[in-house]
Amino acid sequence: MAQESGTRTLVSQAQLRRGRGRIVYWTLLATIILGFTLVFLGPLYWMVTGALKSGTEIAQTPPTLWPQHPETDNYVNAWHDLNLAKLLFNTFYYAIGAVLFQLILDTAAAYALSKLRPALGNVILGAMLATLMIPAMVLIVPQYVTVIDLPIVHVNLLDSPFAIWLPLVANAFNIFLLKRFFDSIPEDLMAAASVDGAGPLRTLWSIILPMSRPILGVVSIFAVTYVWKDFLWPKLVMPSAETRTVSVGIEAFSRGTSMNEIVAASVIAAIPTVIIFLIFQRNIMSGLTAGSVKG
Amino acid sequence: MAIITAPGTTEKLGRSEPAIRNNARRNRKIRDNVTGHAFLIGAVLCFALFSWYPMIRGIVMSFQRTKRGVTTWVGWDNYTRIVADPSFWPAWKNTFYFTVLALILGYAVPFFVAILLNELRHAKGYLRILVYLPVMLPPASALFLFKFYAYDPSDAGLFNAILKSLHLPTSQWMQSADATMPAMVIASTWMNMGGAVLIYLASLQNIPGELYEAAELDGAGLWRRIWNVTIPQTRLILALLAMMQIVATMQLFIEPLILANGAGTEDSATTVAYLIYQHGFFQNDLNGAAALGVIMLVVLAAFSAVYVRLTTKQD
Repeated sequence: MAQESGTRTLVSQAQLRRGRGRIVYWTLLATIILGFTLVFLGPLYWMVTGALKSGTEIAQTPPTLWPQHPETDNYVNAWHDLNLAKLLFNTFYYAIGAVLFQLILDTAAAYALSKLRPALGNVILGAMLATLMIPAMVLIVPQYVTVIDLPIVHVNLLDSPFAIWLPLVANAFNIFLLKRFFDSIPEDLMAAASVDGAGPLRTLWSIILPMSRPILGVVSIFAVTYVWKDFLWPKLVMPSAETRTVSVGIEAFSRGTSMNEIVAASVIAAIPTVIIFLIFQRNIMSGLTAGSVKG
Repeated sequence: MAIITAPGTTEKLGRSEPAIRNNARRNRKIRDNVTGHAFLIGAVLCFALFSWYPMIRGIVMSFQRTKRGVTTWVGWDNYTRIVADPSFWPAWKNTFYFTVLALILGYAVPFFVAILLNELRHAKGYLRILVYLPVMLPPASALFLFKFYAYDPSDAGLFNAILKSLHLPTSQWMQSADATMPAMVIASTWMNMGGAVLIYLASLQNIPGELYEAAELDGAGLWRRIWNVTIPQTRLILALLAMMQIVATMQLFIEPLILANGAGTEDSATTVAYLIYQHGFFQNDLNGAAALGVIMLVVLAAFSAVYVRLTTKQD
């Protein structure tokens, strides 16, 4: 993965190749690789192996680096005591629904704002982007009050997955990302489709969406990880034990359960997002910087 | 958009070419408008219900009081009650303390990590994955790890074991009022710094190499190059992330909830966000919580105003 000359950074390529520079560079590289592995993977190692230790071993001083008698009891007990299968299923269900709602409604809206440009479109876009300035914590109380008694229709959404899905559609960052991507699709293509007699829906489906796969992937991955990581909102709108998400469920059990079991449950809860990350890390990292650097 | 077709022209039997085209264009314009809004309606309804309306409702609620289903206007009562809460000032003190600590640790560290990573020619992909990995963990999972294994106040805890092997004094961590905030900043920085590192890395890669070349020819050493090239070139991103960091730290909630069971010892962990939660969902005081939300919004707006002043002045 060595970068070739041409992109020069703070320290020049030549300086790194020379005698002293080379020694410093390799020492630094080794230190960084070792240090970063310890700092970022170390705690995860500690977490996974800690939950393999027995209750007496975890209280031992000094702590053991490797469990003396590794046992999976904590994991098995956590799985049954916390009903993790149900919690994981709930979270997965909310995540998939969030992806579908965001993909359908946000893509349609961004397409309208980018290509159809109806009257007042810019005002609507401005009002959407303005919500980026408002911190989530400020809105939490009025949002909760709205969800327990929706205006006009007077429906209570507590314990309904729509309480998670619908507010997530109001995601200005998605609209911004998608609209900017659609803006880069040449107008000629749209005109050509129009000449061939394609209506707006047909154009969106057959031309825009196939070209937008990368950005749709980024939006979907972000939606899944957001739902998986979110805590306060699902804690408030999913109060029953049957509808909880995995993070909320673990927290709810954390006071009456042994700490090894809670950590074991935390490990299990983290596995899906870690797998998603390892598979899609390129998309995730490029999506993260795409939205911020040029903005 | 003015429609230029004169009225009546279309009614004529022998319609002229431009008239037909204009008419078609007008029809298309109307049709596009209707379909355009049809495509927008779903998202607009969600924004209206869950963003725009709650914004107004929050302000309205902060001046009302609902008791047994009856809502009355109470003026500034909610505000005076929330300010009189004995946890109000500690919460702001803790939140600002956290913000300052997080700006030192969570803001400067990712920048230097990014500079370091940008200089490396090997293992870049691996190191980037490592830095971002904690961001992908559910915060609750990561915080239970810190709470039970790292911040264990006995010598069996990870941090105390490390401190002890280095012959440094051990800490009571979350049991001690002084260590509570730094401990929360460490956990929060570990969990969140990956995003900032990647954003800095991307902006560092946009710096033209000639600038460093020229600086070096002028005899600028390493630190001078960082100070006179790297920092000015990434100024806008640095300012933007500082603002984002302040907004994020103001909303600190899950860290005190899990690490310190909410308030911590002697209110040492109570944050403004936690106080909103406490009032709204434990003390059955949604109106007071809404008032505190409005106060938080005003404080953040003041920060944003300063930010806009600072960033636009130079251009």
